[in-house]
Amino acid sequence: MQTGKLSNWSKWFLSLGFFFLYAPIIILVIFSFNKSELVTVWAGFSFKWYGELFRDPQMLGAAWISLKIAVLAASAAVVLGTMASMVMVRMGAFKGKTAFTSMITAPLVMPEVITGLSLLLLFVAMGQTLGWPGQRGMLTIWIAHVTFCTAFVAVVISSRLQELDESIEEAAQDLGAPPWKVFFLVTLPIIAPALVSGWLLAFTLSLDDLVIASFVSGPGATTLPMQVFSSARLGISPQINALATIIIGLASLAVLIAWWFARREGMRSVTISEN
Amino acid sequence: MTDTVSSPMLEIRHVTKSFGQLSAVKDVNLAINKGEIFALLGGSGCGKTTLLRMMAGFETPTEGAVLIDGQDVSNVPPYKRPVNMMFQSYALFPHLTVEQNVSFGLKQDKLPKAEIETQVHKMLGLVHMTEFAKRKPNQLSGGQRQRVALARSLAKKPKVLLLDEPMGALDKKLRSQMQLEVVDIIESVGVTCVMVTHDQEEAMTMADRVSIMHDGEIMQIGSPSEIYEFPNSRHTAEFIGSVNIFDATVQHVSPELSQFSCPDLACTLSVEGGVNAVEGAQVGVAVRPEKILMSREQPQQSNNWIKGKVQDIAYLGGHSVYHVELDSGKVVMATTTNMNRHEQRLTWKDEVYLYWPASSAVVLYQ
Repeated sequence: MQTGKLSNWSKWFLSLGFFFLYAPIIILVIFSFNKSELVTVWAGFSFKWYGELFRDPQMLGAAWISLKIAVLAASAAVVLGTMASMVMVRMGAFKGKTAFTSMITAPLVMPEVITGLSLLLLFVAMGQTLGWPGQRGMLTIWIAHVTFCTAFVAVVISSRLQELDESIEEAAQDLGAPPWKVFFLVTLPIIAPALVSGWLLAFTLSLDDLVIASFVSGPGATTLPMQVFSSARLGISPQINALATIIIGLASLAVLIAWWFARREGMRSVTISEN
Repeated sequence: MTDTVSSPMLEIRHVTKSFGQLSAVKDVNLAINKGEIFALLGGSGCGKTTLLRMMAGFETPTEGAVLIDGQDVSNVPPYKRPVNMMFQSYALFPHLTVEQNVSFGLKQDKLPKAEIETQVHKMLGLVHMTEFAKRKPNQLSGGQRQRVALARSLAKKPKVLLLDEPMGALDKKLRSQMQLEVVDIIESVGVTCVMVTHDQEEAMTMADRVSIMHDGEIMQIGSPSEIYEFPNSRHTAEFIGSVNIFDATVQHVSPELSQFSCPDLACTLSVEGGVNAVEGAQVGVAVRPEKILMSREQPQQSNNWIKGKVQDIAYLGGHSVYHVELDSGKVVMATTTNMNRHEQRLTWKDEVYLYWPASSAVVLYQ
């Protein structure tokens, strides 16, 4: 990419684009500090709504459930995604490889409504025939989130594995490490940054999800997006703005960390290729 | 180990490796002696790397057996073989320091900590990398990485050391320096070594014996000078160095001096020694460019001379290569050493006589 000067036209279009993307978010953040009861009328600066938010047991309960699900789903997705990537990248050719690869990544392009509906049907059918899961709730949301998060994690990790020089793993075998030890002593530490960014990606996706969670959730398991959505339907309170600002802050932080890991990885490969 | 002389350290017996319909290695037999540096030399796709990978255990032979120190290891996985390999890309572990890279193999053997430390220290000393022990591979230059890779593959005291294109990742100047240094290190350790290379200069500099591979088969095995001076086929002669080959017909066979006729030459060709062919058979007579002499006057000898016109001159400083076109259109290369600075040299379009003694030529059958 050239780092020359942008022409005036480009500057205009760039500003317009950024405005279009970020103006609503900035307005939301500003109004979260509004004193007024009315969302759209500015009445002075205040942390009032943040205080209200932290006294709302429903919101806090939903946030706690969402966090638990997101942590568990991201962790499970990283384990499954790593296994899937190893099969896709390192196992060589096997029968049904193309089918396996495309089916792993299919949830990336599947409309959420369809994923959610099909999972709901599956859980209902299983509940009727096997008696499990008896009731839908956190467990079913977790399973649903793992299915689509695994797809994203598998893409991140397999692209890293593809870059990894296979002879490094062969060298470890050559020096006396059996395959399982090679994986834990060599492969895993080298791809660790990809695991971290995959985990963060899955974490934010799970935290974010409304549609799938709404389908497979049951009584007593309301995630944060579901809570926000249902309360927003009754009329937007400035409290939601405060909540949204916190979520934006956390999401930006996660993206920043993921980017930092990716950049560090990128710089490492640059120094190698320079020599 | 009473019969070290008779039993080879590494033996390849009738090894064939097929990938589907394709055979990468075809019925290869090799015996590599203890303490020897052996080079597998060939162009890309000749099967030399596949053969090396079968020695390391990354591929299993379709047919035949690989024996190390008398033991059949054909189906032994790489992590159980007494063999270590230095990879073309060096394959250093990027997340470990130099020290940890070298100790990796020793730790797999669960050796006591003190012993590992002594051995790592010794190995780093051997390759002059002690002061870089705490560095990560990405903080090293290409030559330093190679030293670490060599130390790592020698640390476990393997019975056989395998080198895959050892100088492939280095630039030309560093290459010639490292070639001699690596040989010195290998010889001081006394390990049996098999290397794979496509660079004939590298094979000839480093190896005690060289085998030429082509299309999955071994064409010739011998010392570098044997292979250069006595190639047994057109392929070997053309692959190692440059050569002029005359298509000739056997005229007269005798144990001292055999005669050949060639349409490119006005006189007969003579080659010292007998020929393994009947009279009238088609063979090739090969003469290396540096064994051909040039002069403006007709030589005294009655055989082995030709007249031509200088078509092209490649001045290389130390020597020049003359391309001389014969009346038949064939171009013959001849090399002269530039010993005198003010010498009146032959130049373009000059008529020259090329000649060589009967002992300089070699007969090629295939």
